[in-house]
Amino acid sequence: MATLGELERATMDLLWESPEAATANELRERLAQANPAAGTGDGRGLAVTTILTVLSRLEKKGLVERERNIRPHRYRAITSKAEHTAELMHEVLGSVNDREAVLARFVGSVSATEAETLRRLLGGA
Amino acid sequence: MFWASYLLAALALLLAWPVPMILSRAKWPARSPFTAMVLWQAIALAGGLSMIGAMLTWGLEPLGDNLLEALGSLWGILVRGEPATTLGLVHVFALSAALLLSAHLIFTLLLTYYRIRRGRRRHRDMLALLSSPSDTRPATLVINHPVPVAYCLPGGARSVTVLSDGLLEMLSDEELSAVLIHEKAHLGQHHHLLLWAFAAWRAALPWLPTSQLAQQSVNELIEMLADDEALHTVPPETLIRAVAIVGTGGAAPPENPAAAEGRGTPLLGSPEEQEKIGTVHRLSRLLTPRPPLPAWQRAAVLILSGLLLAVPTTLLIAPGVV
Repeated sequence: MATLGELERATMDLLWESPEAATANELRERLAQANPAAGTGDGRGLAVTTILTVLSRLEKKGLVERERNIRPHRYRAITSKAEHTAELMHEVLGSVNDREAVLARFVGSVSATEAETLRRLLGGA
Repeated sequence: MFWASYLLAALALLLAWPVPMILSRAKWPARSPFTAMVLWQAIALAGGLSMIGAMLTWGLEPLGDNLLEALGSLWGILVRGEPATTLGLVHVFALSAALLLSAHLIFTLLLTYYRIRRGRRRHRDMLALLSSPSDTRPATLVINHPVPVAYCLPGGARSVTVLSDGLLEMLSDEELSAVLIHEKAHLGQHHHLLLWAFAAWRAALPWLPTSQLAQQSVNELIEMLADDEALHTVPPETLIRAVAIVGTGGAAPPENPAAAEGRGTPLLGSPEEQEKIGTVHRLSRLLTPRPPLPAWQRAAVLILSGLLLAVPTTLLIAPGVV
């Protein structure tokens, strides 16, 4: 049985792949096609309610928006995967002392002159 | 009691400014980062203890000859409503200040802890969606981004090291293992706890030179400790090359020129500036390694750290010592 976290990821991947909004039922079918192992294992696949739970969690996290004007509701990703990655990396690269406690980077920010020294060093190595 | 409060105040002052100033300029910590780390912790703890202790003993002075006796009398006044004839307004003020400072320190520590934990959880949630586990290495995630970056996200059993595609492309296998050992050393040696404690110390008393210098030095020292761990397995040239590649690869983020202009004249002591100096120290240490501190000197520093903690504790609790 896939965990909610794995399902969130698989659902987001589907939503990121397609520019069009999809209903929970469509997503359920596509999930079953993409990864039959993600189901309960006895061939019944995932329940729509499970998908709806996953979608509402993703909505709460601000990753997914819902079109409410027609039923069934259709869901789409708010921003692309690349944009989310860029945002996350910006958080990492922009980390200053205050943030260092959250994560520890291999090399911190480097000044222009320091980078120049490093490049010379690389050339000599 | 009376003299103890003055001695504690003198110790608090010394530990608040001159001592951290000297230590932050000293060269030897690069030769023995572990002992330097112990000393910084002793300075921070002893500093806080003597600050609170000075006010406490001063405020309790009229109530008894030692801490226990005085606290007993204070209890009598507060709870049993005994007359507080000996206790002046200044003493009440000192006692309140001691209480407030203690509460402030503990509260900031907890607040910082929750802030960090929230930040980590958010980051971990996003990583779960955006990264994929490495095929070959355990507890390692790979994120699809061209800038070479490596970092670790502590979290007990869920601790992970995160690498970018860019990093995997630019580094050789050997350089990559240097990076991974370095990051795993941060996790294994629980550096995040030190970062937390010193971040909280700084958040609680941002105007105190010692809290700024301590945090900055501790940031540097943990990098040195993790580097030393990597040097057990990889030659220094490999580690230096890895630092240089990651440093230059991430050095020129696509930014507008105006922002770059603004960064040209950073405020002295800004976090970014401190971080840059840290990288310089770290690299020069790798490029021109100096022998580790002799054992007797390391022992002396450790004994000094122990004394730093023992002196204020003794002044506080031992009756009739002074």
